[in-house]
Amino acid sequence: MTDGIKDRTAIVGIGQTAFGKGLPQSELGLACEAISSALDDCGIAASEVDGMVSYTLETNSEVDVARSVGLGDIRYFSQVGYGGGAGCGTILHAAMAVATGQADVVVAWRSRKRAAATSRPWAQVEARIDGPGQFTRTFGLLRPVDEIAMLTRRYMHEYGATRDHLANVAIAARKHANRNPNATMYQRTLSREEYMNGRWISEPLCLFDNCLETDGALAAIIVSAERAKDLPHTPAYIHSAAQSIPQEHQTMTNFYTADPLRGPAWECANALWAKSDVKPSDVKVAQLYDAFSPLIILSLEGYGFCARGEGGPFTDNGNIELGGQLPVNTSGAGMSEAYVHGFNLITEGVRQMRGTSTSQVEDADSCLVTSGEGVPTSAILLTNAVQ
Amino acid sequence: METGFLLPVLDDPDTLPFWEGAARHELLVQHCASCGIARVPPRPMCPHCRSMDVAWEPVSGRGTVWSYVVPHPPLLPAYSEFAPYNVIVVALEENPGLRIVGNLVESADADLNSIDPHSIVIGEPVRVVFHQIDDVTFPRWVRASG
Ligand SMILES: [Zn+2]
Repeated sequence: MTDGIKDRTAIVGIGQTAFGKGLPQSELGLACEAISSALDDCGIAASEVDGMVSYTLETNSEVDVARSVGLGDIRYFSQVGYGGGAGCGTILHAAMAVATGQADVVVAWRSRKRAAATSRPWAQVEARIDGPGQFTRTFGLLRPVDEIAMLTRRYMHEYGATRDHLANVAIAARKHANRNPNATMYQRTLSREEYMNGRWISEPLCLFDNCLETDGALAAIIVSAERAKDLPHTPAYIHSAAQSIPQEHQTMTNFYTADPLRGPAWECANALWAKSDVKPSDVKVAQLYDAFSPLIILSLEGYGFCARGEGGPFTDNGNIELGGQLPVNTSGAGMSEAYVHGFNLITEGVRQMRGTSTSQVEDADSCLVTSGEGVPTSAILLTNAVQ
Repeated sequence: METGFLLPVLDDPDTLPFWEGAARHELLVQHCASCGIARVPPRPMCPHCRSMDVAWEPVSGRGTVWSYVVPHPPLLPAYSEFAPYNVIVVALEENPGLRIVGNLVESADADLNSIDPHSIVIGEPVRVVFHQIDDVTFPRWVRASG
C-alpha cells in the first residue's frame, strides 16, 4: 500500500444535463438526470452504486438522490467542503473508498440551480456578520469577485501582469467553447476588444474575468481499475489525487499570510506530484479551475508549469489554446461552458483521456484537473493507461 | 439596521475587543499574551504556542496601501448606492505582515466613495480614523498627508 491509491481506480462513466438559465427541472431532478446518464454511459446498474460523494454546497441529500435514482444500499457517503475547492476532492474520496474496499461503485456529482438561494451565499444578508467576514464584508468587500480582485491587483503590482494576460485566459476558454456544442457560449465569440470594453465588476476584474451563472448538473462513476477494463470506454485512471489547506490559510480573503499570492495550489501540487510518476512537463492538457481568470494564472504557477510571476506571460501567443504548449480548459470550462463549481472540468478531463473532447489534444496521455485556487482545494491527475 | 450596511456580531468573545476598541477610537490588534506574536484576524488560540491568553494592544494606526479593489454593481443596495467605491488592504507600519481591510475616505465621516478610486496608489501612506454606523464604530483610513 505504499503507493496508496495510485492507478487503483478509474472514472468510467460521466453524465451531464443541459446547461442553461431557468431550466425547468428541480435541483434534485437535475442531479438524478446527470447520475442516470453517467450510469448509462458505463453500463453499470443503479442498484450497484454503494457509495456517494458530493460537495457540502450540494443541497440534494444522499437519501433523496439514492431513492430517486434507485441506487443500492449505500455503504460510503461523504461531502467535501469549500465551494469550488471541493470538485476533485469528491473524486479523491471516491477513489479512497473504492481502493480500500469501503465501496465498489461510487457516484460523485454536483447539481446547481442559480435561482436557488443557497447558490449565491454572498447575496444573502444575515442580520450580523460573524467569523473572519466581519473584518472584510463589513467594508464592502462583499462578493467572491471582490476578494479575488484584491489578490489580483497585488499580483499585477508585484509581477507586472496585465489585463492582456487576463484576456488571454478568457479568450482561450471562449475559443474552446466555440468548438463545444454543449457549451453555453458555443455560438458567441469573444474578441480582445470586447474583453477590454467589458463592464467592470470589481476593478481590476471585468465581466469577462468572471465565470458564467449556470443551471445544470454533472456526475462521474468511479470503480476499481480492474473492473474499469471490462467497461465500454477507455478508463480515466486516477493516477494521483490530493487536497490542501496550507498552514495559516484564510479562505478567499488570504490577505494575512506571509505570502498571500502563494495559495493552496502550491501545497496541493506538492502533494499531488509527490505521488505521481507523471510530472508537470509530461502533461499536455490541463483543466484549471476558473471561477475567475486570474486563478488560471496562479494555478499555472502553483502546479509547476512555470515559475512564480510567469503565469501571465505563459498565456501569451495562444500558449493555453488548442495547438499551444498547454491547452487549458478545453471544454470552455466555468468561464464559457458552464459554471457548476468545477465539476465540468473533471468530465472534460475524462473526455481528454477517452479521446472524445471537442478540442482533443492528440497525444494527451494524462490530464491535470484542479479545483478552486484561493480556497482549500484539491486536484487529480488522470491518465489513459496504467503507468 | 437603518443604513443597510453589513454590521459585525457584537457577542463573539474572540472578536468583540476589536469593536470595543474601535468604539473608543483605538485600533487594537490581538496578540498572544504568552509568546507575544500578533494575529489577524483574531482567533481563540495562538497557533505558535497554543496559549489562549490574549492581549489586545493598540497599534499606531499608520500603514500603507497593500492592495485595493473598486467594486461595481451588482452589490447589496446600501453599497450599490456609493459604487464605484474602494476597499483597501492596509499593511500596518509596525509589522507590514499584519494587514487590515478597510476603506480609504476623504475624512472620518465622509461618504464611502469620497475618494476617486483611480487616484489610489499601492504603497501610499494612510492613517486610521473612526466612523460610526448604527451601533458599530468602524476604523477607516485617510491619506496620511491629508
Ligand atoms: Zn503564543
